[in-house]
Amino acid sequence: MRLELASAGSRAAAFLIDMVLMTVVLIAVTLGLIYLFSSLNKVGGANNVGQFLAILWLLGFFVLRNGWFSLFEMGSRGATPGKRLLGIRVVARDGARLTGAAVIARNAMREIEVFLPLSFLGAQVGEGTADTFLTIFALLWSGIFLFFPLLNRDRLRVGDLVAGTWVVQTEKAGLSEDLVGSAHRSRRTFSPAALNLYGIYELQTLEEVIRNDNPEAIATVARTIRGKVGLSDEGDDYAFLSDYYAALCAHLEAQLMVGRRRDSKFTQ
Amino acid sequence: MAAPAGAPLVNATRFRQAHEADWERLEYIVTRMEKRSIRSLDDDDLLALPNLYRTTLSSLSVARDTSLDRALVTYLERLCTRAYFQIYGVQTPAWRQLTRFFARGWPDAVQSLWRETLFCVAITFGAALLAFVLIRSDPSWFYSIIPEGLSDGRDPSASAEFLRSTLYAKDQGWLGTFATFLFTHNSQIAIFAFALGFAFAVPTVLLILYNGLMLGAFYAVFAAKGLGSNVIGWLMIHGTTEIFAICIAGAAGMRIGIAIAFPGRSSRADAAVAAGRIAAIAMAGTVIMLAVAGLLEGVGRQTVNNDGLRMLIGSAALIAWLAYFYAWPARRRVGRE
Repeated sequence: MRLELASAGSRAAAFLIDMVLMTVVLIAVTLGLIYLFSSLNKVGGANNVGQFLAILWLLGFFVLRNGWFSLFEMGSRGATPGKRLLGIRVVARDGARLTGAAVIARNAMREIEVFLPLSFLGAQVGEGTADTFLTIFALLWSGIFLFFPLLNRDRLRVGDLVAGTWVVQTEKAGLSEDLVGSAHRSRRTFSPAALNLYGIYELQTLEEVIRNDNPEAIATVARTIRGKVGLSDEGDDYAFLSDYYAALCAHLEAQLMVGRRRDSKFTQ
Repeated sequence: MAAPAGAPLVNATRFRQAHEADWERLEYIVTRMEKRSIRSLDDDDLLALPNLYRTTLSSLSVARDTSLDRALVTYLERLCTRAYFQIYGVQTPAWRQLTRFFARGWPDAVQSLWRETLFCVAITFGAALLAFVLIRSDPSWFYSIIPEGLSDGRDPSASAEFLRSTLYAKDQGWLGTFATFLFTHNSQIAIFAFALGFAFAVPTVLLILYNGLMLGAFYAVFAAKGLGSNVIGWLMIHGTTEIFAICIAGAAGMRIGIAIAFPGRSSRADAAVAAGRIAAIAMAGTVIMLAVAGLLEGVGRQTVNNDGLRMLIGSAALIAWLAYFYAWPARRRVGRE
């Protein structure tokens, strides 16, 4: 089975969504605890309440920072909320079950990929001691890890490399309409020369054009094909293209049955 | 030669007509499993699932070879992937993963890291000894080892009374918060030590080395004022657990770095994965150890002010950890064979 890897863009987007969600949760919990503290403060026993809330906040922050990714990915969906939104999930590279150890390993690595340069920079900026060199170093450091997924074939992050995981698409795709079988009317016919113009690659590109149903693209493609085949324009581009698609599909399929596979217009 | 209307023109259409019902049923079942769980399926669907999966898989391989309809192949590919994750990607239940972690995974992982752990312990004490000797010969070394903010006045110029007062707490407030802070702070460092191992273990070793230097520097300051055994009690009550945990976290990081630098016979990626999983288990364990250490330091040390008792608690904790990690799994392994 071929797995479709998640694109770098959707992974970055998922990560950003998760970071935003984490920040929102952090702010909400902090405000909630402050509100709780101020309302309980009026009742009395402020010291004990304050201590309890401080413990709660410290633990909450720790779990949020280190547990957000791990705990969600350990669940049966293998995805954080951000990943779920983007339709991607984490799986083990060897096809076995995704273990807790792998999830912990891939997410503990985030510590050096993201949090280390960020908190380093944050602390220095806070103290007003961040000089140009340090900023450049921090950016360079995170840059290496940031672009790591783009530098290898499987789009592995450093964490994925160590944990033996990768991130794949799990998007649903509905069963599309059958382009050939759906036309219940007599079709245009094409000469063998017209059908010998293209191969499978062009056929599938044509399929995409028809399915996307973009009037401009359809008009352009129809004009090009008519020009090559030598037919005059008689209006109805969509019908022309779907007829040509059906005829070409049948033709290529017949060729395939006798063992002649024509991958693109360049193969004979 | 006009094609007759109605009759299927290409195989893809016939193929779709023959199998569409199976695909759609599988999709329905998989969607239910994703939304709820396998328990929401009735017996018929449950029995049909393996067959439907296999039928769809073979549809996929037929479609790949004979169908020119790319949307159809994509659809089957995604459906098969989703079904595969539902059938084979099932997670072990959380409680079983937890029991396995405590019963086997954790002690086994720590045990297999014994060489690296021993190395980290050796560096810690070597560095401590080095700092001690350096500061003995020239107290100004202290200031180059310990950053100003950390020493809190506990430096070579401090008086014996002041140093003594820092060892025995009077203030009883905010113990829990202090313990929690120590726990989260130390755990973060343990996770760092693990993650930094990726850079060929060098930063991890430096981190452990520095930890040892600080230990030796503080000991030197207290020992110079005749408070050597007192500070040992102060350190031991939580230090046996905490230093051990930091050493294991360092060992976990080193395992990854060494595996990447010297993969041996397996490929670099495989070596990293094998090391990474063991190291991750050990590191998760150190978070638990550091929670215990945080309690011992934040609460235990503030309430127990007797040196002997502090040392006793520290030694008992160390013996318990050693027995758990090194004695127990070995015995079980013999029993299993």
